[in-house]
Amino acid sequence: MGLDITWAVDWVRRSAEVVAEHRVELIRLDRDIGDGDHGENLDRGFEAVIPKLDDLAAGSTPGDVLKMVAMTLISTVGGAAGPLYGTAYLKAAAAAGSDASLDGPAVARVLEAARDGIVARGKAEVGDKTMIDAWSPAVEAAAAAAEAGADATAVLAAAASAAASGAEATEPLVARKGRASYLGERSVGHRDPGAQSSALLLQAAADAASESTGA
Amino acid sequence: MPEVSGRVGVVFVSHSSKIAAGLVELAAQMAPSAALVAAGGTDDDRIGTSFDRVMSAIDEADSGAGVVVLCDLGSAILTAETALDFLDDELRSRVRIVDAPLVEGGVAAAVAAESGEDLESVVRAALSSASGGAPGVVNGAGEPQATLPGPADAGPGTSAGPVRTVTLVNDDGLHARPAAVLVKLASSFDQKVTVNGTDARSLLAIMSLGLTKGASLRIASDDPAAGDAVAAIADLVESGFGEV
Repeated sequence: MGLDITWAVDWVRRSAEVVAEHRVELIRLDRDIGDGDHGENLDRGFEAVIPKLDDLAAGSTPGDVLKMVAMTLISTVGGAAGPLYGTAYLKAAAAAGSDASLDGPAVARVLEAARDGIVARGKAEVGDKTMIDAWSPAVEAAAAAAEAGADATAVLAAAASAAASGAEATEPLVARKGRASYLGERSVGHRDPGAQSSALLLQAAADAASESTGA
Repeated sequence: MPEVSGRVGVVFVSHSSKIAAGLVELAAQMAPSAALVAAGGTDDDRIGTSFDRVMSAIDEADSGAGVVVLCDLGSAILTAETALDFLDDELRSRVRIVDAPLVEGGVAAAVAAESGEDLESVVRAALSSASGGAPGVVNGAGEPQATLPGPADAGPGTSAGPVRTVTLVNDDGLHARPAAVLVKLASSFDQKVTVNGTDARSLLAIMSLGLTKGASLRIASDDPAAGDAVAAIADLVESGFGEV
């Protein structure tokens, strides 16, 4: 029932695919209100992650995969997404610990730790038009689902769905953090690229989960 | 970049490798022997910041006396903060990321480092370069730094406190080293003292007066209790800062 190393590796592969697929879209979103490098930076980061999957030692846990992703993104991304996602994956890895398999409540805790890592690093709050606007509803939905007894796959599905809505809901917001905040009111009407990529990554996690558990 | 033993190092983190390298070049003019290290651009020299470059720059700049890190835009700060998380506790305890203007703060920090100031003094030098009472800027006494007074404050007879007018005797004028010594002395007093109307605790403000040999310096304070401070600074100027 729980999500194991197979899921974690599949999530990473799907993340790389989805980021590559949406690279141009993310670049465009970021060009509208930022410096235009989000799609390219994230794509480079996940491209660097993929070969490292082959170097994982036998018996690696989901936590080990998350940690490897964290370190690779931190040292290859080069924009704000590097330290932000890097910290998220690092905190997620710590929350996952050395468990070989993650159940619903564990997945909810991992997501919460990731979100808290991003908040600690970027000091953004809900409503600032950042990736937190995708992560916070995702964490809340995951916690509620886990509380209601949902399994890991259903917890991730709930999180991914809430993240997508959260990303969409950044469009009318005025950016208060990051490069987009320099634009003030002119950032209204554009979706935040970090929130969008967060939603894509969480959807990839949910897809990998439903694949691995056959749900 | 040679490691300078016992001096605080300064790291410039910029999205642009040219900006970071240019800042080192600029600051080195006034601080030729300080450990100034550039961490600009990504690993392949694109626009962005590199975790690895920041890590190795901090390592290179540290000689045991600590490192002051200045950053340009938001994600440079995020990268620097992330790098800090990965340093061992001992090194991390003597690294400070300073939210100060990159150019002015960097030059002020470099000059303070060159003068052998300790870590917290170099941090203060960087912060004091932010004029206009920016939030988070504090002086040595922990009080909000006053806005740099304009020329209107420089007129004679406007202050009720002690005043002394002295002549600058140094051949090279009030260049980086004596300016740093003056600012350090002024910062050691509780009372605010001005030199020709400019806050004596702000290195950049003092240096930007552009005082040359023979210039007249009006050391003054509005605070009647600043007699000792004014006398000490005036004596220092008259003594030629030990250079003559």
